[in-house]
Amino acid sequence: MIGARSLTVSRGERILFRDLSFELAPGEALALTGANGAGKTSLLRTLAGFIRPDAGTVSFADVEPAEARASHLHWLGHLDGLKTGRRAGEELAFQARWLGATTDGIAAAIDVLALEPLLDLEVRKLSAGQRRRLAFARLIAAPRPIWLLDEPFAPLDDRWRAALGLLMQSHLDRGGGLIAAVHDPLPVPARPLDIGGGR
Amino acid sequence: MNALLTLFRRELALAWSGGGGPLLACGFFLCLTVLVPLSAGGDPAGLKPVAGGIAWLALALSSILSLERLFERDLEDGALDLITLGPAPLELVVLAKAKAQWLAVGVPLALTAPIAAITLGLPPSLAPLVTLSALIGSLGFALTGALGATLALGSKRGGLLIAVVVLPLFIPPVVFGAGALERAANGLDPAPALAFLAAYVLFAAVVTPFAGAAAIRNAQG
Repeated sequence: MIGARSLTVSRGERILFRDLSFELAPGEALALTGANGAGKTSLLRTLAGFIRPDAGTVSFADVEPAEARASHLHWLGHLDGLKTGRRAGEELAFQARWLGATTDGIAAAIDVLALEPLLDLEVRKLSAGQRRRLAFARLIAAPRPIWLLDEPFAPLDDRWRAALGLLMQSHLDRGGGLIAAVHDPLPVPARPLDIGGGR
Repeated sequence: MNALLTLFRRELALAWSGGGGPLLACGFFLCLTVLVPLSAGGDPAGLKPVAGGIAWLALALSSILSLERLFERDLEDGALDLITLGPAPLELVVLAKAKAQWLAVGVPLALTAPIAAITLGLPPSLAPLVTLSALIGSLGFALTGALGATLALGSKRGGLLIAVVVLPLFIPPVVFGAGALERAANGLDPAPALAFLAAYVLFAAVVTPFAGAAAIRNAQG
């Protein structure tokens, strides 16, 4: 679905990783591990097209990179892109619709992630875990085949870690793929990809 | 297109939320026009020849106020990453944001402009021309302002940097806009100056999307 060929990425003077190659198959999950500062986030940002690699290419099955980024890719990073001054429902509607969700899709996401009681609250009043759930809702509302997740579980409690695990599993069952930077094991069967390093 | 409309509506809502940004800009505009006569001494008649110019200067300065909000906050909270992955190319995103900035801030300022200009001593009969030229000019301010906002992305003290980048780019519309008013006040046809003003807007509308999108990509990397 998405592949990297001899990817080299540096930040400033420092080379984070070089000659990294891998391929993600439909229905597969990649668990991206590595020390703090090894470049997990940079790798994910490179795959998403935010960082231009020093060498190597990122390619997508069947589609051009530009088209893939506009319609095949979900990105969930440390920053959730939610405006603190707006209501949760407004922000969810914008994020999901911008990424191509239908009204039914949004309703389904609200249902699955139990967001109904939060929708009228301002985003600033939500806890970190609630915000993560709200951001995650766009992945459910607007179906896209490839998920790039940067430590998706960090602020979540056990109950929601399990619930998100189930959502990931059903995404994989439908032929989707995901790459997640994690420190704990993923709750779904995943192929490890260690970029080691750090200092 | 539908998605761009969604973005446009969000931008308008953001401009109005959190303390009524447009009203603040209009208040700043009026404060400036009150300050000038006070600082220039007690002779209002002496201000008359430069009333149009001062009104345009105040308009340009007021247009800068909310530019920092336009892209910097989306970069800080990660929304820009999300916007990049949307269906519309970044060039159109920049254009949509600039248009929303104009509608939310530029148009209210243009509607305030005749009040300011007449306060400064411009003949009331010129009020429609002030509004028209300010409407065109503020669109230019919004477009080049959006460009400045993308160029300052990721820098500390971005607001100040935007002002320094953008003010020199505001010189042509200020010259043409004030020129239109001066010509009309002297009984000449203001159309040539307005045409130059419109040409500036068209130029900005072509340059800003591409340069702005490139600046955003650079800031994300």
